[in-house]
Amino acid sequence: MKKQSLHISTSPHLSQGTSVEVIMRNVVYALLPLSFYSVYAFGWNAALVILTAVFSAVLTEHVLSKLSNKESTISDWSAVITGLLLGLTLPPIFPLWMTFLGGVIAIAMGKFLFGGLGYNVFNPALVGRAVLQAAFPVAITTWQDAFSIDRFTSVNSSIWAMPFMMPVVDGTSGATPLSAFKFDGVVTDTSDLAMGLVSGSAGETSTILILLGGLYLVIRNFMNWKIPVSILLTVFIFSGILYSINPELYPSPGFMIFSGGLMLGAVFMASDMVASPITTLGVIVYGVIIGSMIVIIRIWGGLPEGVMYAILFGNALSPHIDRLIQNRVYGTSSAKS
Amino acid sequence: MLLTQNTFKHGIHPPENKDETKGLPIRQFSFAPLLILPLSQHIGKAGKIVVREGQEVVRGQLLAESDGFLSVPLHSPVSGTVKKIANVPTLSGKMTPGIYLESFPSSTQEIIEGEAVDLESASVDEIINGIQQAGIVGLGGAAFPTHAKIKIPEGKHCDTLIINGIECEPYLTTDHRVMLEQDQDIFMGIRYLMKATQAKECIIGIEANKQDAADYLSAKLPKDIPVSVKVVPVKYPQGAEKMLITALLGKEVPSGGLPIEVNAVVVNVATTAEIGRLLPHGRGIQERVITVTGPGVINKGNYLVPIGTPLRFLLDRVGVDENMSEVYMGGPMMGMAVANLDISIVKGTSAVVVFTSKEINSNHKVYPCIKCGACVDACPLSLNPSKLGLLAKFESYDKMAAEYHLMDCFECGSCSYVCPSHIPLVQYFRLSKSIIRKQNVKS
Ligand code: SF4
Ligand code: SF4
Repeated sequence: MKKQSLHISTSPHLSQGTSVEVIMRNVVYALLPLSFYSVYAFGWNAALVILTAVFSAVLTEHVLSKLSNKESTISDWSAVITGLLLGLTLPPIFPLWMTFLGGVIAIAMGKFLFGGLGYNVFNPALVGRAVLQAAFPVAITTWQDAFSIDRFTSVNSSIWAMPFMMPVVDGTSGATPLSAFKFDGVVTDTSDLAMGLVSGSAGETSTILILLGGLYLVIRNFMNWKIPVSILLTVFIFSGILYSINPELYPSPGFMIFSGGLMLGAVFMASDMVASPITTLGVIVYGVIIGSMIVIIRIWGGLPEGVMYAILFGNALSPHIDRLIQNRVYGTSSAKS
Repeated sequence: MLLTQNTFKHGIHPPENKDETKGLPIRQFSFAPLLILPLSQHIGKAGKIVVREGQEVVRGQLLAESDGFLSVPLHSPVSGTVKKIANVPTLSGKMTPGIYLESFPSSTQEIIEGEAVDLESASVDEIINGIQQAGIVGLGGAAFPTHAKIKIPEGKHCDTLIINGIECEPYLTTDHRVMLEQDQDIFMGIRYLMKATQAKECIIGIEANKQDAADYLSAKLPKDIPVSVKVVPVKYPQGAEKMLITALLGKEVPSGGLPIEVNAVVVNVATTAEIGRLLPHGRGIQERVITVTGPGVINKGNYLVPIGTPLRFLLDRVGVDENMSEVYMGGPMMGMAVANLDISIVKGTSAVVVFTSKEINSNHKVYPCIKCGACVDACPLSLNPSKLGLLAKFESYDKMAAEYHLMDCFECGSCSYVCPSHIPLVQYFRLSKSIIRKQNVKS
């Protein structure tokens, strides 16, 4: 036998083979059909908003890791996800400078402030969006109708608003199904909602594509399906009870499930591993809390939509849920001994 | 034979990689010209040498006698000459007291017989003593002296004797072949063990990927003892005592406790066969079955290898790929990587697995924990490796032990296996446990 130099490692000497990059990259894949659909529905406007958000998130991630004297962390794909999710939650005609700012805030405040990937308490995209909502309440509720004829021939002028200027609202603002219901009592057809034939944020409209993306991740074992399922079931049951009490006053559970940002939030944002609990029971409690908050805000709160705040609220509780709900350790009679 | 759907909670499914050797019958391995025998081949105190340098010994002769209850004797694996009594290299990297033994090239290598332990007339203590004198330790890998394990403590009793034929480590087919080829030894061993433990019944637990062995043993079940075969679904680490007890009996061994707390005793199947083979002749253990396999081995197989055979000699004989990069003693999940080919096969060596540079991917980037929960869903003890990993980083060892049951972790490596961030979780835990043990000794 010739002289060998042996490599030494400690057991286990096998590894399952998934990695953070693989998981994150697949989340990006899962978001792509949805992103393309929103470009198809809203035209260049949506394309510009989504690209700007991704670009700004990735750039911020790169610059901040360099500034903190670390290797750039953009190769783990998590900043791309943040950018995509942020872009998908904004109105398609959201001014680009604001979008850019949102990406910076999402990464800087939502992620780096907490110590980077793995340490963030909140979903960074939602942090970005929450700040934008507080800063630009009008722009963020100015919508564009889906499938307008000129969506691929012209770009909406509000997109180009100069930095630190408010856009001139140029007449395309339509009500979303939720605000139509909340303020005017108009109920949109559930099938229109599912197909995405309504106005709303770039990515929240096509429920079916969101579900398909989620299904892909669940099948590949890159997502905890218990999170979206427990949120959706909670919303369905809770609003179903209200609806059965008074269908005149409360919207149907189908409308609740398919409208607004619920599907996108439940499938892609609440399921953010870093900001959700780790045990099965913890995850279910988390889902029930978020689902209940959504119904409460939508029906009794002052806002038409409640998904973003409900998830941020769930994120904030998540470390506490992890502390309180632990698996029962083998051979012990309770989780705490 | 019963197929139970019962198994323990969580666990993982690494690729099995057993196909290449599971059909290969056990073959006798040749005698190396020089054997290296560490005195301590078991957990517990090393034996006391009873031979001197230059002395000629016969195969099976006592080389070292046991020194106290948690100690077993060492017998000569060959007929030959005691070349040197000196420190020998071991797997852990430490040099420990041992014997270099030169074998006679032309000896018939017949084994001498000692004082037989008669199954009918022997008392419980005589059987336990016989097992100790045969130098038997758990052949599954842990090398815990078997006699100490089967001695039922005062006030306890054993209902079920469990024979562990799980062999859940990838690549290993040692126990599989033993079950297919040594059924009579296994049943004889069970008779001794049932008498020693006074167990009311015996269950042989086998994973579903060894259905042929389960069928074979079921067909051969003797009528004189209450023994049955149970097949359990394939899952790692089902071969761990606690997991097997849960799978077969549906009971949990209390945290920090031994199987006897749930009235069970677990003995590895190859160990059982060894007891059945040696005790009727009063012999000591001189060889064991080892799977030599892995992508880097040319003549893979299940070999009956004399204890003390140098690893270098073994690999030379089977032939290795020139890109050999890592060698493990034991399976790839819990076995140890070898730093030095001058160590030898000991009683606890269940396999030698060789990987080439192709299989070794050591430049996994380590990311922070993304709280994906994979480790939590993998840990067979339902510990929280994610949290434990974080605490280890902050050196909060007391908290790890007091609040997160670190000391229960038996280092199966499932958590490290699944972690997408490639955090060396079990490595942290081994280190943390040893730090805690040292602190405890001091205080
Ligand atoms: S090594 Fe320890 S913590 Fe990790 S899975 Fe195994 S028992 Fe659980
Ligand atoms: S598997 Fe790794 S990344 Fe996932 S929760 Fe456990 S330690 Fe964290």
